[in-house]
This record gives sequence, C-alpha cells and structure tokens, in this order.
Amino acid sequence: MTTLAFAVRDSATMTRRSFRQVLRYPATLVTSVGVPVLLLLLFVGVFGALKAGLGAGSHISYIDYVMPGIIVMTVAYGSSGTALALNRDSTEGIIGRFRTMAISPASVLTGHVVSALVRTLISVALVIAVGIGLGFRPTGDAGRWLAAAGVTALLVLALTWLAVAVGLAAKVAEGTTGFLLIIQLLPFVSSAFVPPGQMSGPVRWFAAHQPFTPVIDTLRGLLTGTPDGGTALVAVAWCAGLALVGYLWARALFRRDLNR
Amino acid sequence: MTSVIAASGLRKSFGRKAVLDGIDLEVGAGTTFSLLGPNGAGKTTTVQIMSTLVRADGGEVRVAGHDVARDPAAVRGLIGVTGQFSAVDSLLTGEENLLLMTALHHLGRAEGRRRAAELLEKFDLAGAAKKTAATYSGGMRRRLDLAMTLAGDPRIIFLDEPTTGLDPRSRRMMWQTVRELVAGGVTIFLTTQQLDEADALADRIAVLDHGKVVAAGSPEELKRSIPGAHVRLRFAGLTGLDVAERALGGGFRHEDTLTLEVPSDGGATAVRELLNRLGDTADEVEQVSVHTPDLDDVFFALTGRPSAPTTTADAAQTTTEKENAR
Repeated sequence: MTTLAFAVRDSATMTRRSFRQVLRYPATLVTSVGVPVLLLLLFVGVFGALKAGLGAGSHISYIDYVMPGIIVMTVAYGSSGTALALNRDSTEGIIGRFRTMAISPASVLTGHVVSALVRTLISVALVIAVGIGLGFRPTGDAGRWLAAAGVTALLVLALTWLAVAVGLAAKVAEGTTGFLLIIQLLPFVSSAFVPPGQMSGPVRWFAAHQPFTPVIDTLRGLLTGTPDGGTALVAVAWCAGLALVGYLWARALFRRDLNR
Repeated sequence: MTSVIAASGLRKSFGRKAVLDGIDLEVGAGTTFSLLGPNGAGKTTTVQIMSTLVRADGGEVRVAGHDVARDPAAVRGLIGVTGQFSAVDSLLTGEENLLLMTALHHLGRAEGRRRAAELLEKFDLAGAAKKTAATYSGGMRRRLDLAMTLAGDPRIIFLDEPTTGLDPRSRRMMWQTVRELVAGGVTIFLTTQQLDEADALADRIAVLDHGKVVAAGSPEELKRSIPGAHVRLRFAGLTGLDVAERALGGGFRHEDTLTLEVPSDGGATAVRELLNRLGDTADEVEQVSVHTPDLDDVFFALTGRPSAPTTTADAAQTTTEKENAR
C-alpha cells in the first residue's frame, strides 16, 4: 500500500476509536444536543413574545431569528467533548504510545477531528429537528441548505481544531474549561439572540466584530432568507483562519518533546 | 557482538538542567540490557530518545542501524515501548485496546482477533476482556499495556521501569515474559531501579547516575569490580560497638543498627582471626554474618549513595515527584 493509503487506513482506525469512546459514554452527545435545545426553549419562551425590535429582519418570528445562534451554540458545545478527549489521550500517555508506532502521525489527530465533525453535524441536525417541532420555519431551498451545512461544517472544523490544541496544551482536564467558557459565552454577545444594533456602545462594537456574528448572520440569511449584509465571505474567512491557527497550534503541540 | 542499539555521546538538557551528559551504550542482538539507576538519573529520557519520542541535544543513537533522529519512521516499525505509566485507552475494553493495536499494525480482521485473543489469554486478561480498562487494577493495566506493546510482534522492546509499583505476582509474570521474549530472539532494553531485577534479567548492565554511565558490564563483572566481602558484627549495646571498633582499629560503624562492618573475604580463617582479635569483646557480639557483594554494594561503591529508597514513605514520595514531573 502507498503512504497515502496507510494514512487513510490509520485515520479510519482512529476515527472508529473516537466513535467508540463517544458511544461508550453518550453523556457528551446528550449534553451537546440537550443544552442547545434547553436554551432554545428558554429564549423562545422568554423573548418569543417580543416581536418588535428585531431590526431589519423583524418580519420573521423569534424562533426563526434565534435558530442560527442555537446551531452555532450546538457546535460550540460539541467541541468541548473533543477538548476533553484529547486531554485524556495526552494525560493518559496513549499519545506517547501512538508516537512510538509506525503509523501515520497525522491520523491520531485526524481521527478525533473527523469523528467530531460527524458527531457535531448529527447533533446540529437533531437540534434543527427539535426547532422545527417548536415552530422553526426555514425557507431556504436545497442549495441554500447545502451552503448552510457547508458553513456549519467549516465552523465545526475551526472550533474542533482549536479544541484539539487546547486539549493537548492543558495539563489537566480542568485546564480546558477556560476555552470552553469563552466559546460557549461568546454567542451571547453576538447577533444570536438580539441584533447588535440594539446593544450599547462597546458591547455593540464587540458583537458586530466578533467571529460568531458573521457566521450566524450568514446562516440566518441562508435558512430564513433575511439579507445577510454580505457576511458570508467574512464568516468563511474567520472559520478558515481559526481552523488554520488551531491546526498549526495542535500540530506543534503534538510534535513537541514530552518532557517540557 | 552485533549491536542492535548503539548510542554515543548522548546528551539532553531540559532548561539548564543536564539530564544526560554524554552517554555511550551498546546492546547486543537478542540480549537483555538493563539501565540501572535511581530516580532522576536519566533512564526515562534515554528510553524516550531511543524510542523517537524526544530529540537528543547531541550525540547519536542507532537502532537496528537506523538513526533515530533522521529516520524515526524506520525505527518505529521495529520497536515496542512500555513506559512507566500505562498507556492504555481507559474508555475502551481490554479487547478493544488490543484490536486497536492490531489494526494500527495493519493486521487483517481475523488475524487481529486471533492475536488479541492470544495476548488476552497469555496475560491473564481473558476474563476481563469485555470490561473497560478504566475498571482494571494497576497490575491489570500494566499487563494490558505490555500486551499492547507485543501486538505488533516487535523485535526490540523498551521497558521503562516495567515492575515499579507492581504486586509480586505481576512482577514474576513480567520477568517470565521478558525471559520468553529473549528466548524468542527479541532484544530487551530495560530500565530499573531495582538491583535484583537487573541481576535476574540482564546480560549486561549500565549504571546511570546524574546523566552519566558510571559503570557497565555483566552483573558478575560489576560485582567483581568492587572491594570484596565484609563481615558484619551486631552488638547488644553501644559499649560493645565502641570497644570492638577500638580493638579492630576500623570498620564501618552503624550506630542505628549497632553493627560494625569489617572488610574481609569471609572465609573461616579470616572470621576466626577477626574474633580472636576481639578477645573478650567477642562475647558482646550478638550475631556474626558474612556479606558477599551484591549490586547494592556496586551501586554504593560507584556513587557513594544507597541505590534506592528503602522505606515506603520514600517510595511514595518519589512516585509523587515523578507524577508531578509529568
């Protein structure tokens, strides 16, 4: 077999391993679907009555407005499982074992990332299904749905590679909580629940410029037909940039000497 | 001797601390080589460099002719490594861990299952095959770890303190496994801080202290290289010890155990002559024992320190230090 064929085969083995870990303790899966659904119920229940104040998109119902933000939060919660899995690998020493074996070195991290991608997209699909049950009425056609899936997948890659690096960098599992807190809180200060135009001063500036806002606006545009204000390119650039940073950081951590 | 592992001028520092300070080693094919030394001597770092995990700052290591720094992939294809801390996947079962290894060694499905079943049987894990490794005891995890290392049938195996913290039964099992592997032509590189372990298993031993090899040779050569036997005299009280020390004009005095160690070849004539020199004080001697040199003495003679912590409190502390160091 060629080097590439071995790399693919090793990556498939590592992906199966990661799936097996998730299925053995499905708690991660349940939280990554359950928490966003809970937030959805909470926000629709509390703010659903407020039709006014959604700015340009005020013709849409609140659940339609909030759904893209919930999708992004599902992705954020999904990445926490990846950070913890990498941290377990690294502190248990099994990464050291893999590094002394004649396998494709990339497969160790690739396996986790592929499994996270599949797992998170399934979570997102489940959350959307619940949303539809609660009255979410997307208007997009097949092409727009596909584009939305692509943007979501790109966001998963960005947050997952960052989570891989954070998991490898942390000496103990608790070390990953800072990162998780940041990516789980950031959507609240974005266009997820309230249009940034309604926020005050510095918060508005932050909400308008942070990476989640263009991603959410792009998803909203694709799924509900609101004008996205040309954010798609910004969203893709943010995701690609973050994915690259996460990937390079994770690769450097994976290759470093163990004793430092 | 054809050497399978050859290191020359190996150096490594972490920060400003030199962990390895120019070590040279050679390991013959199909032999057991033991790197013996106390905590912090540099044993683990040596194994990590030889197994491609860590890069040396200077010097060269060849494993089966391949330079570990320039061609790590070739080296990885030949070696198996079992470190001090079990590198198993706690979320997978024992069987799944082994199947993961056989898949990564590119064995076919049927062949992988056969190999996994064989290793589970061999390491007494068949009963726990379907349980996750998280539920295993320390000894079981270590056995699973070694089984995983053997899954790919490596010809060169690094064992970094494989019996530290093991119960006596698992320790016996580990020794037995090492002997079987060597009988099958495998080369073993073993680190240990237990002298009896090196003595029992190794064909050649190198004593490592503060990043330097302070002695190397077969267990017998090392034992020959130090001063001969001594006679140990134990007294009932300090008075006897004092009088005897004056009468003999020397010897190593241990007040805590009330013993006096006197250099001697340990023969009957020498012991009789020694007791004659003591005269009446000989009656104060509670016990006479003849002590032939073992590796403990070798270590003491070479480094001026006892070899390993002897009390459990010390052992517990060094374990904690190692864990913190990770």
